Amino acid sequence: MSTEQSSGPRTMYEKIWSRHRIIERADGQTLLYVDRHLIHDGSAPAFDTLRERGLAPRAPGHIFGVPDHYVPTDTRDVRAIADPEKRFMVESLTENAAGANITLFGLTDRRQGIVHIIGPEQGISQPGMVIVCGDSHTATHGALGALAFGIGMTEVAHALATRTLWQAKSRVMRIVVEGALAPAVTAKDVILAIIATIGTAGATGHVIEYAGPVIAGLTMEGRLTVCNMSIEAGARAGMVAPDEVTFAYLQGRPYAPQGRDWERALERWRGLVSDPGAVFDREVTIDGTTIAPMVTWGTSPQDAVPIDGRVPDPDREEDAERRQSMAQALAYMGLVPGTKMDEIPVDRVFIGSCTNGRIEDLRSAASIVKGRKVWPGVEAWVVPGSRVVKEQAEAEGLDRVFREAGFAWREAGCSLCLGTNGEVVAPGQRCASTSNRNFVGRQGRGARTHLMSPGMAAAAAVSGHLVDVRRVMAGA
Amino acid sequence: MRRFTELTSTAVPIERPNIDTDQIIPARYLQKPRDGTLGQYLFHDLRFRPDGMPDPLFVLNQAPYREGRILVAAQNFGCGSSRENAVWALQDYGFQAVIAPSFGDIFRNNSLKNGLLPVVLPAGVVGGLLHLLQEKPGEAVAIDLASETVRLPDGTVHRFEIDPFARHCLLNGIDELAFTLSQIGEIESFELRYGRENF
Ligand code: SF4
Repeated sequence: MSTEQSSGPRTMYEKIWSRHRIIERADGQTLLYVDRHLIHDGSAPAFDTLRERGLAPRAPGHIFGVPDHYVPTDTRDVRAIADPEKRFMVESLTENAAGANITLFGLTDRRQGIVHIIGPEQGISQPGMVIVCGDSHTATHGALGALAFGIGMTEVAHALATRTLWQAKSRVMRIVVEGALAPAVTAKDVILAIIATIGTAGATGHVIEYAGPVIAGLTMEGRLTVCNMSIEAGARAGMVAPDEVTFAYLQGRPYAPQGRDWERALERWRGLVSDPGAVFDREVTIDGTTIAPMVTWGTSPQDAVPIDGRVPDPDREEDAERRQSMAQALAYMGLVPGTKMDEIPVDRVFIGSCTNGRIEDLRSAASIVKGRKVWPGVEAWVVPGSRVVKEQAEAEGLDRVFREAGFAWREAGCSLCLGTNGEVVAPGQRCASTSNRNFVGRQGRGARTHLMSPGMAAAAAVSGHLVDVRRVMAGA
Repeated sequence: MRRFTELTSTAVPIERPNIDTDQIIPARYLQKPRDGTLGQYLFHDLRFRPDGMPDPLFVLNQAPYREGRILVAAQNFGCGSSRENAVWALQDYGFQAVIAPSFGDIFRNNSLKNGLLPVVLPAGVVGGLLHLLQEKPGEAVAIDLASETVRLPDGTVHRFEIDPFARHCLLNGIDELAFTLSQIGEIESFELRYGRENF
């Protein structure tokens, strides 16, 4: 039943899969070897499971831990976390890591940040690897040409104890983005346009390989943004073939191979790309030239429209179920059909998260903010994705640009993306956010989230409403 | 892991599609200890109004469904975040099975690994069932895992599929970790081969 042995052309996914295959069960599930396991401050239950069963992490040298979900972003003092349960999440990660000899980038470590930011940033995530993390946005790391899975807590315990993961082989979907992007259109707009096209369940059961000239033309950070939201299209993982952009990004990073190992690694990595003629289970082609800056209007990432569009009208929808869920979304979002997207006022702005918390994101936002002021009454935050990003931004003076405009400049963490650390958007408030999910209650109970790129969020901050970043750039 | 063999119970309908794990258990309860009491947070923001009072319109607050052990949901149930707490909250509340036309991938996996049975039936069948449950609240559904069948209140019987290994584990209440640990020799010999050519 397996086709890996065949000598025919293979996809990148098949190549990585077959290299990590240990055994297969009668039902076709495969035991995959895990190269890197990333853990965060939500991992305590997995360590509890291990203790209950008298087990210890099997390969601590390949596990890296970092607190991000529960950390405050106004201080680096763990003791300042008022809620004892949240504080326990951070403290127990420290204890569990220390107890098992796991490398930890603790709250005061210069390498701390959101787990999906620091993996690539430190060179821990590399092409050809199988990477797991108990978090659904693990697909991010696939941008380096890795196979990266978000897993549940039981699987985290399994991967800790055995360094392996059971997986059913996925189908592979190739999404080719043709043409070139218009000015001011970013990786975030590309992935929002893809999800709007194929839907939140469009890639269920698949791993996505993103390809084509637009993807090849993205920076590494842009590719990380695209792969980050693969789960929002229902995919198990997302990946981009490693190329010179990937290698240039990785070279010299702390955990990247060095010297002769680097040369050998390069040779191996170059062989990872899908062979010409490899067959994909599904192919989707998107015309990159038609993508405009995107914003969401509803409570699912697929509810994305170009900024010059309008809030859609459920009554025009044929499908009854869809009509109902659109009406519910609009009620939650407090929006009226037909409203122009660029007339929707905002109360909050959040620039950050594992989707858009990297240095290029902050540069792009700062270029819009520079010389302007946050609109009166709008509360705008920048939460860098990592301490490294924060320090780089400060070295470039971006923090001053943001502060002078009236933004809050904060410490690294997940923060308003999910609000588990207690930082939330208030009920009824509307937030322009660079994160990845606009679900009901995602940024806090009753919070209304509009997803967009960092430039668009910055433009909203200085305009007081959603707006086409190109208009702000043109000084209109 | 909990065993699952067969179950006959009141079916609880949740009609809206794309119920994500944020709605199953809001993120602000993710740090709550896993001590069997997560059921109190299940569907929290749908179940309770902002003032903390139960919303009488929400299905779990309606009398016929109090003892329901089977949830019937619309498409793409459990999409979104990978939080396993969503499965634990459903189980702590008392649910042992969820019937839907489709599930979020990770949620479905997590369910199988914890002994919450995810049953996929054709969209038309689930749609009909949701409709029937609206007309006649409190009707029961019977699930038999060994034969992979569901009997609906109208007497029709439908087959579903569950992967054979997961079914074996569910029927016997054993989990994957125990199985993998029995294969540790295979992992070690893989490592010997792998170490030479890879990282
Ligand atoms: S930034 Fe948001 S999506 Fe990313 S890991 Fe943190 S909570 Fe999850």
